[in-house]
Amino acid sequence: MVEVRAPKRTNAGPGRLLIAVYLLFAIAATSRAGLQIATKFDEAPVAYLLSALAAIIYIVAAVGLARAGTAGRRVALACCSVELAGVLGVGILSVVDPELFPDETVWSQFGSGYGYIPLVLPVLGLLWLWRTRRDPS
Amino acid sequence: MTSAAAAGSPVDGLLATASIVLSLLVAAWALVATLRHRAPDRAQFVGLAVLEVALLGLAVVALVALGGGERPGEPGAFAGYLVTLVCLPPLAWVLARMEPTRWGSAIVCAVCLVTPVVVVRLQQTWEVLGG
Repeated sequence: MVEVRAPKRTNAGPGRLLIAVYLLFAIAATSRAGLQIATKFDEAPVAYLLSALAAIIYIVAAVGLARAGTAGRRVALACCSVELAGVLGVGILSVVDPELFPDETVWSQFGSGYGYIPLVLPVLGLLWLWRTRRDPS
Repeated sequence: MTSAAAAGSPVDGLLATASIVLSLLVAAWALVATLRHRAPDRAQFVGLAVLEVALLGLAVVALVALGGGERPGEPGAFAGYLVTLVCLPPLAWVLARMEPTRWGSAIVCAVCLVTPVVVVRLQQTWEVLGG
């Protein structure tokens, strides 16, 4: 029932703001990817599948943070890590070899199309998970 | 972006401008509340409600135009942005109610900063033809 040295809840305070921003990005990435895949998949399949992957990660990360608990934290940690690797990897690749991504994804140019928030968001997520790793009380 | 196309856009009028201004005002007010460690106050919730009414008005104007046979440049994206837009203030409302601390105000601020961007994107998806 009562966990000893349980981690702090990730779904209150600043965490709720983080969840809100994750939700906004989940909505943005999902609708964008859905539309691209539905209407012009053949033009840039890799870019659109990547958008879809990013969308799924944003959704799962938001759910992980909102669920809190040990499992939720693990899920959120995995998502934020994949997200950071993704935005850095795709960011570098899209700068070095723009041919690879003929159409924009959420993560192209380190998320410049979205005010670089895709780059900042996973860092904030990891920091938040770190800050809440132990309950100080 | 000819002036004729701009004049024919149903989402580019007074209502859209008012929504953007109102959204930015609520965002500014919520930011002040956040910095002063204040939970979302009545002004923020009233602001969100008025903003939602303005956005619903915008949606009705757009739907009437669509019903009248007008078509946006990118119909799919336009519909997506329109649906997202009217969902934003309720999302902020619910999350702010759940979080009666300064972070609730921060949520209202964040959502009210995103809303004007979505309004502008909505206008772009109506006007840009074949873009």
